[in-house]
Amino acid sequence: MKAQKPRAPWKAWFLAFSLLLAAVGLVASDCKAPAANRIVLWHAYRGAEEEAIAQLGARYQAETGTAVEVLAVPFLAYASKLSSAIARDQGPDVFIDAHERLSSYREEGLLARAEAAFPKYDIDRYDSIASTVARDEDGAAWGVPFALKGVALIVNTELMPELPASVEQLVKARNDGVFPLAYESESAYVHAPWLHAFGGAMLGPNDAYGFTGESARRSVAFARGLVSSGVVPNGADGALVKQLFESRKAAAIIAGPGVVSELPPHFPYQVVPLPPLRAAPSRPDPFLTVELLLLTPRTASRPEVSAFARWLASDEAAKLRVRAQVVANNQPWHDDTVVPVAMRAFHEAALRSRPMSTRAAMRATWEPVEQAIRGVMRAAAADDAAIDAILAESRRRFESARPRAVSASPTRGLVALGLGLLLTAIALYRRAKPRFWSGVRASAGAYAYVVYATIAVFVLVVLPLVAGAVMSFFAGPRHQMTYAGLGNYVDILTARGGPLFGYGSFYRTLLVTVAWTIANVALHVTIGLGLALLLSRPLLRAKGVYRTLLIVPWAVPSYVTALAYKGMFHQQFGAVNAILRKVGAEPVAWFSHFSTAFAANVATNVWLGFPFMMVVILGALTNVPKDVLEAADIDGATPWQRFSRITFPLLLPQLVPAVVLGAVWTFNMFNVVFLVSGGEPDNQTDILVSEAYRWAFTRHAQYGYAAAYAVLIFGILWLTSRLSRRWQAEST
Amino acid sequence: MSVRANVKALVVHTLLGAAVIYALYPVLWVVTIAFSRDGLGTDGFVFPWPRDPSFMNFAIATGISTGKGALFLRQFVNSLAVASATALMSVAVAAPAAYALARLPFVGKRTGLRALMLTQMFPTVASAVPLYFLLSQLHLLDRRAGLVIAYSASALPFAIFQLKAAFEAIPVELEEAAMVDGATRFGALVRVVLPAARPALAVTALFAFMSAWNEFVLAATLMSREEAFTLPVVLQRFVGEHAAAWGPFAAGSLLVSIPVMAVFYIAQKQLLSGLTAGSVKG
Repeated sequence: MKAQKPRAPWKAWFLAFSLLLAAVGLVASDCKAPAANRIVLWHAYRGAEEEAIAQLGARYQAETGTAVEVLAVPFLAYASKLSSAIARDQGPDVFIDAHERLSSYREEGLLARAEAAFPKYDIDRYDSIASTVARDEDGAAWGVPFALKGVALIVNTELMPELPASVEQLVKARNDGVFPLAYESESAYVHAPWLHAFGGAMLGPNDAYGFTGESARRSVAFARGLVSSGVVPNGADGALVKQLFESRKAAAIIAGPGVVSELPPHFPYQVVPLPPLRAAPSRPDPFLTVELLLLTPRTASRPEVSAFARWLASDEAAKLRVRAQVVANNQPWHDDTVVPVAMRAFHEAALRSRPMSTRAAMRATWEPVEQAIRGVMRAAAADDAAIDAILAESRRRFESARPRAVSASPTRGLVALGLGLLLTAIALYRRAKPRFWSGVRASAGAYAYVVYATIAVFVLVVLPLVAGAVMSFFAGPRHQMTYAGLGNYVDILTARGGPLFGYGSFYRTLLVTVAWTIANVALHVTIGLGLALLLSRPLLRAKGVYRTLLIVPWAVPSYVTALAYKGMFHQQFGAVNAILRKVGAEPVAWFSHFSTAFAANVATNVWLGFPFMMVVILGALTNVPKDVLEAADIDGATPWQRFSRITFPLLLPQLVPAVVLGAVWTFNMFNVVFLVSGGEPDNQTDILVSEAYRWAFTRHAQYGYAAAYAVLIFGILWLTSRLSRRWQAEST
Repeated sequence: MSVRANVKALVVHTLLGAAVIYALYPVLWVVTIAFSRDGLGTDGFVFPWPRDPSFMNFAIATGISTGKGALFLRQFVNSLAVASATALMSVAVAAPAAYALARLPFVGKRTGLRALMLTQMFPTVASAVPLYFLLSQLHLLDRRAGLVIAYSASALPFAIFQLKAAFEAIPVELEEAAMVDGATRFGALVRVVLPAARPALAVTALFAFMSAWNEFVLAATLMSREEAFTLPVVLQRFVGEHAAAWGPFAAGSLLVSIPVMAVFYIAQKQLLSGLTAGSVKG
């Protein structure tokens, strides 16, 4: 055999060396041990608020000598991190969160009563609504009011020198190229003031769905009027609203204090509570969110934690953070020297706001309400009957997502489990040939090669999945799960009593998922293969540059590019429609129809995924011996013949696992669907796994239901792979 | 002949150029957002370009504007260490397993392969919480080693499949020759098979590196100290409940992708040096 020429370019050595160094460094220098008696505070604030809290922590540490560790957690991970960590005694001593989650935290046992740290719970020091909210349904105070959050009207005083006395007046103030008003028109949270003005409420007594009837109909008709007359931009999200205001394309916006703190210096603005809506009987009061200081059970007895919590909620500390947030203490607001003007206006607005319900059902209203709002915004005609039909549908969705009191006796399940294990054991015993054990002994050498991988995959991949799968036999929110037997499965497979192929039903979603997978994988492989073949041409110049530029979609974090795609497909401001307009075509409302929304999702995912396939194929192409290709060329084979007879068959062994895994991953690729179309319109573009996520995170946190979806997805993929194996076996 | 070759080259470059435009266009929007002081313009224009270029968002994303630059550097080192160690670990563990699956007969091989594929079919919607409990039992919370172990395990199945296929493509005569020369089987694997499978090793390592480099949910759940955060967690901090700070988020995302591109640029020689070509002769 020819000797392998040892090729060791310095780059490869450098890479290997730095990898090794990194690995050694990892083991050698892990984080230094934290101080033993420290106090840990968690929050999810950003920007000015984050800085204010960090400064408070540092100040307390300097004054008292107690170590204080402040951790800013990403909002998306906050709630789940809290419940995992506190349950394992690894969580914070004190944390700050919105009052809507008070009930579920309390029921999960994550909280200690505020009285533990605040012996004289002094209600007058805090705003009275906030103090009421801090008391949960059982009347005891479970948190201390910390800050108030709500929206107000932020006016550009150059574009709108006169503050509007009513919403009607605001809407009339038209300027060329400037929206009189911008707000997140499809957000239930920002729509709430209109609903309240027309006398409605999102959630009625006894968890009744409130977005129904006269008040809801008039509120959505009003909002639709704002958008269709061009007063308010269509389908804007928070970021777009902020941009419109900052670029002076909106004279006024409805938004929270976060926007104000990020405005450039000297921006001409003023904050006022929402003006009255003359057409409606009541005031358009926005929702109020009260952020609470919460104590965890394990540390409530530590006196230094109580002392810190008391100081953090004190008027003294409140004065230090009143520049950054609307503090819930009353006292600082009497002192004009410390309060910024804009904050005072947000405080005034907050005092007129309506605290959100702490019920878990409250969070489950967002999805159906927003669907109803979007439905009305997009409907061709919006007479009363059409709106009522949309509202009725949203109500049906809310009702069908409600957790049901399912409880089954676990006996049958246990008997089935026992029988199943017994039958498996018998089957294994009978299938085991006499040579089985000698075979195992002979395989010992091979087992030495696979043992680490087996242990790692079993412990860290299989066990957590099994633990997750077991949850599918339970129902209810995480802290009060009851055994439900096959109840979740029955519910899903019967489409919860709705039409079997209705929107959001299992079967319809499955069809969408299959179409999604096929479209993506086909395009991934075609584009990846095409580019890889082009890039593997021996005489190609600037290969390295092309290859590196073409993996950019893979290199940039997908979260940000998926959102960039969502922005590109925006109807009014998106680049795709701008291009269409340039070439004289009609702009498309991408997320209003199934086909276009689906296409937008696929376009995003294909873009994200083709570099991976390209790299895999480039790697596999190196296995194609060049001399064989050259010989074929000399023998007069056409390029197509060389590809189909030599290259492609040699690619297959590495291409097949990549394609199969790619298909499986695409089947379960939830974040593109989540971030780009968000399931629009009407959950029609949702795939199975994004449905599962909705059940886990937006619909009453029904993890059991989500787990049942996961098991069903697993079952479908397993069945498909078995069938395809059989077909393969038959065809060869 | 040479005219034909030139035309051919032109066609190839045109096609690749179009692909590059397709690949870069959305990223240009991210670049525009990152370099714009006042967020993205709203004109609905076709060619993204920052109108008022500034580095402010980069200063915010790296914490320089708030005096947290050193912390960002540390978090960058965390990310680099975790991703590199994940790449190394997963290849080191996957390679012997893949080799056994490719070459050695043993009882339970088919079942094992199928089980490996099955792990990829189960959505991870409900497995973060059990994983948290597990790692807290192992006292690996808040430790980079814990992240490395979790990431390597989840990168293993793909790594094993990929390497198994690559090993199967290597002629068995290579190892046999080495073993005739007195090498043990493991020695033959290390000295003959692995060097021959270098492109596949590089692809596998790159894949493991990328998945660890961009992972956010587990890192945010398992790490509870700022000094232990990885960059995706830091980035995710810019996304709030109601609105996100797009400027710093985009700037941070670009910074995060630069090392990946650098690693790829360096590693591509390894990816594509067809070492197996013509090595079985004589």
